[in-house]
Amino acid sequence: MEFKITMPRKRRELYNKEICACSIFGAMNRDGERFTGAGVMKAIANMHVRGNGLGGGFAAYGIYPEYKDYYAFHLMFTGCSAEARMAAKMGFDPYLYENFDVVYDEEIPHRDESTVSDPPLVWRYFVTPNKKGDDAALSDEDYIVAKVMHVNTKIDNAYVFSSGKNMGCFKGVGYPEEIGEYFMLDRLYKAYTWTVHGRFPTNTQAWWGGAHPFSLLDTTVVHNGEISSYGTNRWYLEMYGYACTLQTDTEVIAYAADLLMRRQSLPIDLVAKILAPPIWNSIDRMNEKEKKLLTTLRMVYGPLLMNGPFSIIIGQTGKMIGLTDRIRLRPLTAATRGPMFYLSSEEASIRLISPELDSVWTPNGGEPVIGELNNIT
Amino acid sequence: MAMAHNAQPQLLEATGSGESMDAVEVDATNLETRELNDRLRDLMLSGVEKVVLRNVCGQRYIGTRLYTPEHRKMDIEIYGTPGNDLAAFLFGHNIRVHANAQDGVGNTMDHGEVVVEGRAGDVLGFSMRGGKIFVRDGVGYRTALHMKEYEDKKPVVVIGGTSQDFLGEYMAGGIVILLGLGGKPHKGNFLGTGMHGGVIYLRGTVDKTQVGSQVDISPLNDADREIVDHYVSEFIQRFPDLGIGKEEILKGEFIRLSAKSKRPYVKLYA
Repeated sequence: MEFKITMPRKRRELYNKEICACSIFGAMNRDGERFTGAGVMKAIANMHVRGNGLGGGFAAYGIYPEYKDYYAFHLMFTGCSAEARMAAKMGFDPYLYENFDVVYDEEIPHRDESTVSDPPLVWRYFVTPNKKGDDAALSDEDYIVAKVMHVNTKIDNAYVFSSGKNMGCFKGVGYPEEIGEYFMLDRLYKAYTWTVHGRFPTNTQAWWGGAHPFSLLDTTVVHNGEISSYGTNRWYLEMYGYACTLQTDTEVIAYAADLLMRRQSLPIDLVAKILAPPIWNSIDRMNEKEKKLLTTLRMVYGPLLMNGPFSIIIGQTGKMIGLTDRIRLRPLTAATRGPMFYLSSEEASIRLISPELDSVWTPNGGEPVIGELNNIT
Repeated sequence: MAMAHNAQPQLLEATGSGESMDAVEVDATNLETRELNDRLRDLMLSGVEKVVLRNVCGQRYIGTRLYTPEHRKMDIEIYGTPGNDLAAFLFGHNIRVHANAQDGVGNTMDHGEVVVEGRAGDVLGFSMRGGKIFVRDGVGYRTALHMKEYEDKKPVVVIGGTSQDFLGEYMAGGIVILLGLGGKPHKGNFLGTGMHGGVIYLRGTVDKTQVGSQVDISPLNDADREIVDHYVSEFIQRFPDLGIGKEEILKGEFIRLSAKSKRPYVKLYA
């Protein structure tokens, strides 16, 4: 029997979604002028193919000038029905009112006709600490951190996902441009720094709390990559009172940044050398002083080394910082135009909203790029 | 100039006479990666030999999927910023980018030519096995990663500026020339790590701690000089606006980085 095989030469129907990675983007006006989220939504949408619609989020700095002296808590109440979500809020409110003075609260405005799936109840509270007993000795910040950790570990279906002053995170399951529309970030808010993330979850399920940014107080992190040292990092951070509850590796970077930068007041250059230290080969080639410093950092902070490929944007009041792993296994492009400072997974997204740029470069692995406000108002 | 409109790609009849045709312009605004590459393929199949892409913004794989059994060739000019993997699997076409390029230029490129009037990102020339890439300014990490050659197929990458780390990592063949124009020193580390074939010519110097342990640093011999001379001429032809003469480039000190052994792991796996 003879077989005649003819290979069909017609064009294969191409799978429309063959590309994957995460996307990150940040835009900062170093003069402190505030702008809406419209531009960054456009920029992140241009990297649509890097994500897969299972997470998107924004951090915005300078959005609550009328409440700038109060901590802005953004809360997520989960549950399978509106009643269950409201019940979760009822479970949380007494704890909040017992420990804080609340000057204003409301549901975060959103578009109900949006396409996002299973949105939780998202509420914001503007609060000041009401410290009692032993807690009176704590700084405001330490008090907030302790209470956030308590809520996220002890109170069912309630998650504080944003807790800084005059800033806020907005995040959820969907493409980032959808999340931006859901919370109407292009109309309701003006910030001097926006950071954005489009997610392609690799190791954990997508849920609203697991979207980026991750934040604590005013520090936020958006991240492309994965932290393969997550277990070690998490174990170390737990010793300092940080509980990882959000099921995404990036959470450890936010807490590490809080520990090193706020509590231990280390400058970002040192923090970068802790999170992304040069490899031993490189350390061997340094002069004695540098060698001693880097060896010491690796001894003291070994468990905070973030192993694995990453590029991240850290947001803080008045600051935006880009950092990649030491051998830059994930992309990051930096650019400036006048007072504007941009960070992005891809240059095209920056050019889309700022066709002319003063400078464009790809930072070296492990070396932070930093944008700072000229005058912090 | 003929215009291809967004909704309806204009398909032109092949002239077959080999006469030069007008360039076809494509406005890439709001075109997705796949739509843009479909457009290019349709234009090529209809016999168009020159395409100008306007307002490109991050669309990937431009120049890929342009193989035909009869080896048709097209000139593609790009305005705007092309996305990752520009010229991936490129099969004989010429691409000129009037801007910076992103990551992955010339990924597994087969033959043809890419000219970038600016800088390029990471992994340029990854697994490239033929053709030429000219970059006016610098390049990012892992340029010429696992570049290879076979018989008469020998890829060439010429970079006007310098490179970040891991240039020529696991390089197995081909030629990389780094001109270091603009006077910036070569600061890249881990050059040629795991290299076992091909050659890197570098204008300027590097410390031996910057190169992988598998790499020999040596001066150029006459045959090397001929190769460098040839490709520097081609580089200058492609960037006439640079305003720098060939002699000026060639009078700089060059070094040659090549693999100590073609089989560096023979003892490990024998």
